[in-house]
Amino acid sequence: MKGALKPDAAAAMVPQGASLMIGGFMAVGSPHRMIDALVERGVGGLTVIANDTAMPGKGIGKLISAGLVKRVIASHIGLNPETQAKMISGEIDVELVPQGTLIERIRAGGMGLGGVLTPTGLGTEVEEGKQVVEVQGKRFLVETPLKADFALVGAWQADYVGNLSYTLTAHNFNPIIALAGKTVIAEPESIVPVGVIPPDAVKTPGVLVDHLLLRTH
Amino acid sequence: MEAKKLIAKRVAQEIKPGMLVNLGIGLPSMVATFVSPSLGVFFQAENGVIGLAARPPEGMEDPHLTDAGGGFVSAVPGAASIDSAMSFGLIRGGHLDMTVLGGLQVDELGHLANWKVPGKMVPGMGGAMDLVTGAAKVVVAMQHAAKGESKILSRCTLPLTSARRVDLIVTDLAVLKPTDEGLVLQERAPGVSVDDVLAATQAKLIVPADVPEMQLV
Repeated sequence: MKGALKPDAAAAMVPQGASLMIGGFMAVGSPHRMIDALVERGVGGLTVIANDTAMPGKGIGKLISAGLVKRVIASHIGLNPETQAKMISGEIDVELVPQGTLIERIRAGGMGLGGVLTPTGLGTEVEEGKQVVEVQGKRFLVETPLKADFALVGAWQADYVGNLSYTLTAHNFNPIIALAGKTVIAEPESIVPVGVIPPDAVKTPGVLVDHLLLRTH
Repeated sequence: MEAKKLIAKRVAQEIKPGMLVNLGIGLPSMVATFVSPSLGVFFQAENGVIGLAARPPEGMEDPHLTDAGGGFVSAVPGAASIDSAMSFGLIRGGHLDMTVLGGLQVDELGHLANWKVPGKMVPGMGGAMDLVTGAAKVVVAMQHAAKGESKILSRCTLPLTSARRVDLIVTDLAVLKPTDEGLVLQERAPGVSVDDVLAATQAKLIVPADVPEMQLV
């Protein structure tokens, strides 16, 4: 872990056209101050890999509204009419992936695996154009791994070496994307002395985290 | 009885003591209302909680504890918070005893379509494909017809959610069981005749000699 940054300094690291994995489920557990800083910076052409695009005015929905996103890989966009409208108009290219497949593709990317074999999607539109393999008499779709330039992680607590803990339903994609970003920026709700998060409660080891976002004062 | 309440009440009878159950958003989420706490059932919300419970009292909501629709919830003693990989591992891995999902269409093969209306509504499949593929028992809870059109068809015309045959379909008119031979009319709603059901159904139904009325105490 390299240290703590102000949100604008963290956003300044993100170039035009970068790919971002962003934690959160309907904006619960998303790195909100980081998203606000990206909107402020206004760098565009982004690829967003996340469970959903929240809704207008919340979480990832702010990046969509600001017109900064050209590609989305997500499981659900149903509660964000702007994402749907921009998909239909061709402004945003949207790849819809079953939620369990999406998280495993990210996990495969982060854990050095060549992909995922899953039964989900067999016999549906999701199968189109994909390889099907048989293992122990069962058929599976081959799904490819996902990685990104940045993982933007929303956490509960961080300590001075970057160890992270999460709370309740704010875990969601966060602990998994922390493995799959080339640069990992974590936004904790508080930063506490080493030892406050007991080793058994650490869900993302600090060795995975490049930068923390400074807490708000 | 109001249609949705009737459906939810009948579906609740499928839930047995100690089960792990995932309820979809909308009508299926009403099922929990009719399940006695004494059954020791755990409800899973796929965004990351096992042991979901009703919304807390006004002012007690925690923004980090929501259901898969983003609504505030609470949790029962013994609840666990999990990340998305664990959540879908439970679903896909055969650890989920039952899921209750809404439907746009179901057909004679027991195939469900509930995630896309091409050209009109493309919300994404979210967790639906994993749930239908992986849950030990899949129950579809929906109105029998929409705008006067039967939702139970010889073949689905909308994109399928899974190639897996669902286990039970509960509507405001009937309980239908998909089998190798086709859809069996198992029960009819109070005050509804077999002829009423047949007249409201586009699919071919197998009608046993005795079709009892739903017992809704």
